Amino acid sequence: MFRPDHFAAVVLFALFVSVVFGITQRETPRRMVMYGLYCFTLFVGSAIVLSWVMYLIAR
Amino acid sequence: MATPSNPPNPSKPSNKNAEAGSGFVYGPLIAGWLVPGGGHFLLRKWGRGALLAASILGMFILGIAMQGKVYANAHEILEYLALAGDLGNGLVYVFCRMFGFGADQVQVTTADYGTRFIVVAGLLNVIAAVDAHNLRTGRKS
Repeated sequence: MFRPDHFAAVVLFALFVSVVFGITQRETPRRMVMYGLYCFTLFVGSAIVLSWVMYLIAR
Repeated sequence: MATPSNPPNPSKPSNKNAEAGSGFVYGPLIAGWLVPGGGHFLLRKWGRGALLAASILGMFILGIAMQGKVYANAHEILEYLALAGDLGNGLVYVFCRMFGFGADQVQVTTADYGTRFIVVAGLLNVIAAVDAHNLRTGRKS
């Protein structure tokens, strides 16, 4: 059984979804790559920010 | 003196677009739904198809490896939505049901992640199939 921790699961999720979003939502290869990177950064970045917010609220 | 170029006439579609929209245009949509990346392969977009297939199948396989739940029936609204997402995986979902892959009950946290991975893989597959349809109709290049 594959047991990733929460952050690894977020990174894997962001990677796969960003690839599909990049290919399907843009037309040229360069813009696909840029949009994929943008989505990946937003997915992972927002997860980190929300984690810190929840950590500070819980204290 | 340079001659002015003729502006494109929107009332007259170009030959390329007219050709793209002719015939049975739903083949890539159906193929893309049944097999992840299949619609793009049908249109000879090998690179895009391979990346889509790797991403969607990778997500689905990781979901199964995490002992994610594969929905067979639904009793409440969220389960209906999850079942709809699972059905988006096409033949991969059918094979999983046939061979009994996936868990019936979520018992650990990683299985909950896995369940979401399987549902999202199905939704991404639908997006990819619609993208293949748009390529076929000429709406996207």
